[in-house]
Amino acid sequence: MIILLAILTPFLAATFIPALYKRFPSRHIGWFVMLVPLALFILLASFVPSIAGGAKYTYEFKWIDSAGINITTYLDGLSMIFGLLITGVGSLVILYSIYYLSERESLGRFYVYLLMFMGAMLGVVFSDNLMVLYVFWELTSISSFFLIAFWYHRKQSRYGAKKSLLITVSGGVAMLAGFLILHALTGSFSIREITSTIGQYTDDKLFVYAMILVLIGAFTKSAQFPFHIWLPDAMEAPTPVSAYLHSATMVKAGIYLVARCTPLFGGEALWFYLVSGVGLFTLFWGALNAVRQTDLKALLAYSTISQLGLIMSLLGIGSAALQEIGQVNTFIFTGAAFAGLFHLINHSTFKGALFMVVGIVDHELGTRDIRRLGGLIAFMPLTFTISVIGSFSMAGLPPFNGFLSKELFFESVANLIDSNVFSIGAWGTVFPVIAWVASVFTFIYCMIIVFKTFMGKPKSERIDQGAHEPPLGMHIAPLILSALVLGIFFFPNLVGSYLLKPAMASIYPMFEGVEGLVPHISVWHGFKLPLLMTIGVVVLGTVLYLTLPRWKWVFSLGPMRWNLDALYNGILMKSEKTSHLVTSKYMTGHLRDYFAYIFLFFIIVIGGGLYWIGGFPFDFSDDAPITLNEYIIVASMAIAAIFILFAKSRTTAILLNGVLGYSIAILFVVLRAPDLALTQIVVETVTTVLFLVCFYFLPDWKKETASKPTKFINALIAILVGTIVTVFALVVQGNPLFDSISVYFEDAYNLANGLNIVNTILGDFRAFDTMLEVVVLFIAGIGVFTLIKLKSGKGEKDIED
Amino acid sequence: MKINDVILRTVTRIVVFIILTFGVELFLSGHNEPGGGFIGGLVLSSAFVLLYLVHDLEWVQKGIPFDFKKIAALGVLLAVGSGIGSVLFGGNFLEQATGVFTLPVFGETSLYSVSIFEAGVALTVVGVVVTIILSISEDV
Amino acid sequence: METLITILIGVLVTVAVYLLLSRNLIRVILGSAILSHAIHLLIMTMGGLKKGDAPLLGENSNSYTDALPQALILTAIVISFAVTAFLLVLAYRIYKETGTDNLNELRGFNDE
Repeated sequence: MIILLAILTPFLAATFIPALYKRFPSRHIGWFVMLVPLALFILLASFVPSIAGGAKYTYEFKWIDSAGINITTYLDGLSMIFGLLITGVGSLVILYSIYYLSERESLGRFYVYLLMFMGAMLGVVFSDNLMVLYVFWELTSISSFFLIAFWYHRKQSRYGAKKSLLITVSGGVAMLAGFLILHALTGSFSIREITSTIGQYTDDKLFVYAMILVLIGAFTKSAQFPFHIWLPDAMEAPTPVSAYLHSATMVKAGIYLVARCTPLFGGEALWFYLVSGVGLFTLFWGALNAVRQTDLKALLAYSTISQLGLIMSLLGIGSAALQEIGQVNTFIFTGAAFAGLFHLINHSTFKGALFMVVGIVDHELGTRDIRRLGGLIAFMPLTFTISVIGSFSMAGLPPFNGFLSKELFFESVANLIDSNVFSIGAWGTVFPVIAWVASVFTFIYCMIIVFKTFMGKPKSERIDQGAHEPPLGMHIAPLILSALVLGIFFFPNLVGSYLLKPAMASIYPMFEGVEGLVPHISVWHGFKLPLLMTIGVVVLGTVLYLTLPRWKWVFSLGPMRWNLDALYNGILMKSEKTSHLVTSKYMTGHLRDYFAYIFLFFIIVIGGGLYWIGGFPFDFSDDAPITLNEYIIVASMAIAAIFILFAKSRTTAILLNGVLGYSIAILFVVLRAPDLALTQIVVETVTTVLFLVCFYFLPDWKKETASKPTKFINALIAILVGTIVTVFALVVQGNPLFDSISVYFEDAYNLANGLNIVNTILGDFRAFDTMLEVVVLFIAGIGVFTLIKLKSGKGEKDIED
Repeated sequence: MKINDVILRTVTRIVVFIILTFGVELFLSGHNEPGGGFIGGLVLSSAFVLLYLVHDLEWVQKGIPFDFKKIAALGVLLAVGSGIGSVLFGGNFLEQATGVFTLPVFGETSLYSVSIFEAGVALTVVGVVVTIILSISEDV
Repeated sequence: METLITILIGVLVTVAVYLLLSRNLIRVILGSAILSHAIHLLIMTMGGLKKGDAPLLGENSNSYTDALPQALILTAIVISFAVTAFLLVLAYRIYKETGTDNLNELRGFNDE
């Protein structure tokens, strides 16, 4: 229950922001916003001891019970880690935003989106039901879209937002398909239930498709190759957003999904190869591309891609443990998942700090281009210190937490060499090699961040003039994060036993409580392979960093020019062009043509259908008798209707329409419908008044100027439609397929205490319809009112194209 | 639109009251006889429309100082709220209840919770119809 | 009776469709109003006509006409009134903004 409230709290808070912001349009509104994640963080943290003790909390709120879709919240070790990240980093990011964003920005909008994202993200990690998870998953994509396009007047922002939305949402749809397959297989939407029964279905041929589709969802969200291209463009978002969504939380939703699905799909060779292979290649590709970036944020984006790849590959390796149940080498693989989770936490700390540092540099100097930066150490010593801590941790150097997880990572890939898992054979050696090479590049770009920005000579005049430390408030958040970077290095096992242990139990439910699942993290474990690898990285990395200008030509080689962005743009352009071409063929802009399409479709389908069944089984035997006055009414109506077509003036036409309306009212009397007759009379009166009032302002109608052939076609369509409606109605009347359900309503007095059946239907039996009808009426009223009163201003002018 | 027609004006003043009474009667009798929220609301609004047509806008607005948009909104709130109300009493959404009470003057009287719903419908209809006609005629 | 009304419906639909295909905005709105008249009659006819007394239980009759179509039509009448009103005001606003009520001149922008 409390977890459900935790998910809803950000949404609720978001609804208050606009009103609050209207009254206090100041940056200090951020303090109120910050309370939300801070309170949730404390709340979640209070669960940590019991979760570490193996407790799990579930709460079910019935939603669409008949379809098996219920809002089930599930708090276990894995969701705990993510929950703490979301709320913890969230608080820090909001604190940072208070100082980062100027008061001229529309802060209300910003915080609404941010809170919406926070709630959605909490929903993703705490949902047990796949459908609910999917809804929240897409909601994170949407809020990310809004946040990237926060400065929507910039073309690049809109481009980046659209790109991220297109890629992540199409991935999400693939994931939805995967979920539906899982549901078709197991008959359940609950992850826990599916996990417990999936064993029987692993041989089904649909199982593989489910796996691949779910993975596409995870890969697009976590920016894995080849879907990573959206992340660099997403850097158009304000820096706090990049720090929060695009490094610490949203992009880790894919990781979460993979970790959560490990008990489902783990142990399959395909899963192992896909996750670890894609992850490893992404690690390498991201690191390589990061080196050549000149924009600090783009560099961080590629480094995020690369680090996500690292975590992904570790989870992939970790999944192998599920295949080898009972064998000795199981813990080699669980160790990999452990390292992955550990690095996940570490990455959020150091990358968050680095993003905030870049934000500070950007904020103070107005540029993030490393070609124009340099020598900042003299002006911003504190910022420099934070960036050293962050970068060196990312590079995997002691005494920072990145060192520990990097060592574990090396150990895990090195273990693959002679494990021969899934008959990997000699390929097992490829893993550590790629990992090592990628780490060399990681080292290089980490050095670029620190040394190109802060060392050397100041290159821009602006630095000489006004560079100085930002307000202290901007430093608080990154300082807390860097303190964590150091703290985790010195007390890693605190994290290990309180956060990672229960999370490991969620990934490996069958090993829960088994000794050795949670390794002891030690800073020093002798001159073994991992440490040697790290030393190698540092040595080669330093050499390559110093000689960077001499081998930069590598980036202009063939494979480096593979441009996925061009592919994406090309496909988008092509599809836009084609659809424009096709659409402009039939979307003529003439209302008449659209009506003609509708009626022609009607004629072809209904008329064709009638012709096809043939026979026209009319049956007039049940007809009621007709009296003379009824003949007169009907005849006068028909005549009035036809005369409308030939009316010379619109007033005549409207009066003839009135004749129709009042005659129908009389017909209603004849046909025993007093309520309808009353309503019809009044409505007809008011409508006629309305027409006349409008005519006062509108020009008189001119004679139809359409050409003879058009008129002929129109008449033909009209006559055909009229005939088909008549014939169809006659056929239906003669051949009722079902008994009338109206007998039920004749019991109205007992059921609803009313004598007027029509009224009881409106007020009791079908009150929901009536309520919505009233709402529609109200909306129409508002529409009329605004149409008349609204004098629209022209839209904002400062939008680039 | 100024129409100087004494007879029409005088007649209207009387007729409007007849129509209003008729509208209320239709609204109240709806549960058992022909009538109800929609019809009652429509008849009431036609009375207002008649007033606006015969007299000028300012004249009527002095006499009936309501904002009809707010009346429409109130009606929707009432209709939806009566549905939520039944949830608060443990029923289903929009479930209606009836009670027979003995009141001092009226004797035995049936009270329907559906009347609240119908009142919401009627108010919405009055509000919307009058708003529509008014906003067009105002915009000269 | 049903057959007669159904033929009337056919006439009304024909007129309405012809008006809808016109290029004058007022004619289109008039067409939609007539079309809704026709449809109300159609719903009514589908429930059978004059099969009993008015659906008021106070009449103490043996049989009543089908009340369900009547309830549906009551809803439809009010909604079609709202739609007609909205369309009229739309036409009025369009005329004020663009100075025309000819649909051939109202084709939006080509680049959208």
